[in-house]
Amino acid sequence: MDELIDEFIAETREMLDALGGEVVAWEAEPENRARLDAIFRFVHTVKGNSGFFDLPRLQRLSHAAEDVLAEVRAGKRQPDRRLVSAVLGVIDRIGDLVAGLESHADPGSPEEDEGLIAALRAQAPPQGEERRAIVRADGEHVGKRSIRLPVDLLDRMMSGVSDLVLARNEFCRRLRLNAASAELIPGFDGLSAAIAEMRDVITRTRMQRIDLLFAPLPRMVRDLAAETGKDVRLEIEGRDVELDREMIELIRDPLSHIVRNAIGHGLESPAERATAGKSTSGLVRISARQSGNQIAIEIRDDGRGIDGEALVKKALSLGLLTQEAAASLGPSERAALIFEPGLSTASEVTAISGRGVGMDVVRANIERIGGVVDIGGQGGSGTRITLRVPLTLTIIPALGVSAAGGHYALPRSAIEEIVRLRPGAAAIEHVGGARFVTIRSRRIPLVSLAETIGAAAADGPGECDLVLLRPAGGALYVLGVDAVHDHEDLVIKPAAPAVMATGFYAGTTIADDGSPVLLLDPPGIAAAAGIGSDAVESAVDFPVAHSNADSTTMVLFRTRLGARRMAPLSAVERIEDVPPEHIGESGGRRHVTLDERILPLAGIGDESIDAPIRILRLTDGVSQLAFGFGEVIDIVRVGAAEVAAARPAPRPGEVVSIALVGGEQVEILDLHFLFSALGTGAGAAAPSCALEAGDPWMQTFLRPIVEAAGYRVVDASDIGTADLHIISEGEAPPADLPASRTLRLRGDPEPAGRGDRSIYRYDRSALIAALSRRAGKSGGAR
Amino acid sequence: MVRLAGQRVAFPASAVESVIEIESLVPVPGAAPHIAGLTALRSRVLTVIDGRSALGRGSEPKRNAIGDAVVVSADGHPYAIAVDEVEDVIDAGSESRPASEAVDAAWRRVAPNLVEAAGEMLLLICADALIAGPGDPKPEARVA
Repeated sequence: MDELIDEFIAETREMLDALGGEVVAWEAEPENRARLDAIFRFVHTVKGNSGFFDLPRLQRLSHAAEDVLAEVRAGKRQPDRRLVSAVLGVIDRIGDLVAGLESHADPGSPEEDEGLIAALRAQAPPQGEERRAIVRADGEHVGKRSIRLPVDLLDRMMSGVSDLVLARNEFCRRLRLNAASAELIPGFDGLSAAIAEMRDVITRTRMQRIDLLFAPLPRMVRDLAAETGKDVRLEIEGRDVELDREMIELIRDPLSHIVRNAIGHGLESPAERATAGKSTSGLVRISARQSGNQIAIEIRDDGRGIDGEALVKKALSLGLLTQEAAASLGPSERAALIFEPGLSTASEVTAISGRGVGMDVVRANIERIGGVVDIGGQGGSGTRITLRVPLTLTIIPALGVSAAGGHYALPRSAIEEIVRLRPGAAAIEHVGGARFVTIRSRRIPLVSLAETIGAAAADGPGECDLVLLRPAGGALYVLGVDAVHDHEDLVIKPAAPAVMATGFYAGTTIADDGSPVLLLDPPGIAAAAGIGSDAVESAVDFPVAHSNADSTTMVLFRTRLGARRMAPLSAVERIEDVPPEHIGESGGRRHVTLDERILPLAGIGDESIDAPIRILRLTDGVSQLAFGFGEVIDIVRVGAAEVAAARPAPRPGEVVSIALVGGEQVEILDLHFLFSALGTGAGAAAPSCALEAGDPWMQTFLRPIVEAAGYRVVDASDIGTADLHIISEGEAPPADLPASRTLRLRGDPEPAGRGDRSIYRYDRSALIAALSRRAGKSGGAR
Repeated sequence: MVRLAGQRVAFPASAVESVIEIESLVPVPGAAPHIAGLTALRSRVLTVIDGRSALGRGSEPKRNAIGDAVVVSADGHPYAIAVDEVEDVIDAGSESRPASEAVDAAWRRVAPNLVEAAGEMLLLICADALIAGPGDPKPEARVA
């Protein structure tokens, strides 16, 4: 008997899911007999079953509904809005009662049932203009014969097939080893094909039409539209797409969340829409399609769209974004800010941006199952959100990597790019214990996989491949591995709790050769390596130096003369190696040319420089200077007390004070002194460049470039005093100036002849290169 | 009946799925010391528990715990408990009864009960306790 009741509960629930849409569709098309019949059949079935199981309340409710619907079928009553609402109420109550049967909870009193039944029987007053959701479906529900199976049976079938595949692989290897005879091969191929097909079919048994996911939406949209007083049209496409049953359960919440947002915040009220010149009823369109190994579910509305500006403002005020970074964001990147935690959960953002409660949760949920959420659309013309999820939950596209002799898999959804590190490429910078890689001018923290997970280092080529990762909701980082292998679709199974406890792994899988492989968890590794997931832009700058109020993170380094010094990490922009030809001297001061800029150079005595030197690029936020040094010793945290107790240096100079770190004396760099003495603003340090004061083109067009290159512009009348003279075409060069101190421009793009060393005046890169070159040499030429 | 850390102990046969010989072991860097690694049993991935470490008795002589193991299941996850040697399957001659205070505490944690079989008293191993590993784990030393 219990089994029969369970069956009844499951069946009723399934019918209820399918029915929500039918009732709403019926309201839109009262004359549609097929829909009316479907609803009638449902209440009829419930009535029959509840009689059989002796469930009087269910029986009374379904009987009343059946009566009313029978009247409608006979044409005695018109299905109006009130009637539909009453029928919905009864169907909901049936759902509650059925759920109650299962959990043995009591949902409401029988008296309430009577109220619902009375509402059903009441004749409706004449109806005025009513809002309603109109649902256009691209097809009717087609009944398919089906049976119910316990999930664990399916799982056993799945693992049985996996065993078959492994056995096949093993067999294949043996065959190859033993140079199998020719007649064995066709037989084996046939077996392989059969197994492959079997695997395919079994996988499909776990699949379900996505219709199941969409079925409750018409009802939800109808209720939301009524609540918010908006006109909503819902269009659904692609009901036939199939999805893993488990996946359907996992997408259900995110999807309804997005639809709720679209109606609640995205769509405008009818009046607003009319003002904006749109049709008064808003459109929400949901479509599903399969593309390759993914299912894409698109939720599109034609509402007011996402206010990227407001999101950026909010992100700035929360410190999630720097001004610079904000300026470089494109429209879709701005909209994507909605996924940042803290940005979307705050209620006032909802008010400003129009949507977004808990979008970070939506993204996290989708990404947990290996999916991706995209957001698009422009302000005013609506929003488009696309959920992309893998076809099955358990099969994840992954990249095989190896580190310290072990093999691991990385989920492909987190991978942005794979970079091969060529030997000798100076792309990696060391800052004490931390390492950074510069990839296309982005500086990204480098994490060694082997070190992070504590695998014993093996002899070998070392880390020569880098994988650029963007974990769900986290900051970009680069994972260093020994080698990158193939892309593979892996069947992932959960790992034992003791393995998960490490935080490094997301599951286990079996490689083709039958050996176990661990699936890495990119966010977990980032956390273990100390890379925060806090800032949007932490990839661009150093990760925020973990500076609490009472301590400072310092770079501890050795000067070229061997002294131990330190400087606050926050003031160090980067560390670079500078070749000697980029170092020049002017007015008794040295400077270096870096990235088309000239920076004053400190930390170097009078010694002649003939090998590359290493510099700290220091910044005060506006200007920069370079400080030559020997090597970085460490990154240390120095307590405020220690800094305060530091003994002031005897006289003003590069060192402000001396502190004790680990029992040893360390000099602290006097940044204020360095910048005040050498800062780029202090004219003496910068090489001078003479431009003709009377030439408007030079003053307006050229001057900014020259100044940006680090020169101090002086008047051309100081002949011979400037480090560099720029001379326009046809003008006589000032007498007795060496060629290294002049730069001649011409108006013609083509050089006049072989001996012409002038530069076309709009050849910007050549100009900048020449300016940098001259700056480097200007001192040495004297 | 198996030998674990030089001692003869018993696993309840009802809890044991099978007895395997571990041929290869994939290490799990970063996991607790008693997690020897992973091994594959057909298409299943077993988490291998180093029986000695789980007792708090140091590691197996060979860390590549190749040898006999008992396959058990806990919370839906399959485990292989690496032991010195699997000896025999025997019927218990008596109901199990609580181990006395005289039994070493490390043993008592994983084997709260005794059982009499083949004329000797054997500790009856509770696989869950072995899987949980020695309590009071050392603070995790992670290389940042």
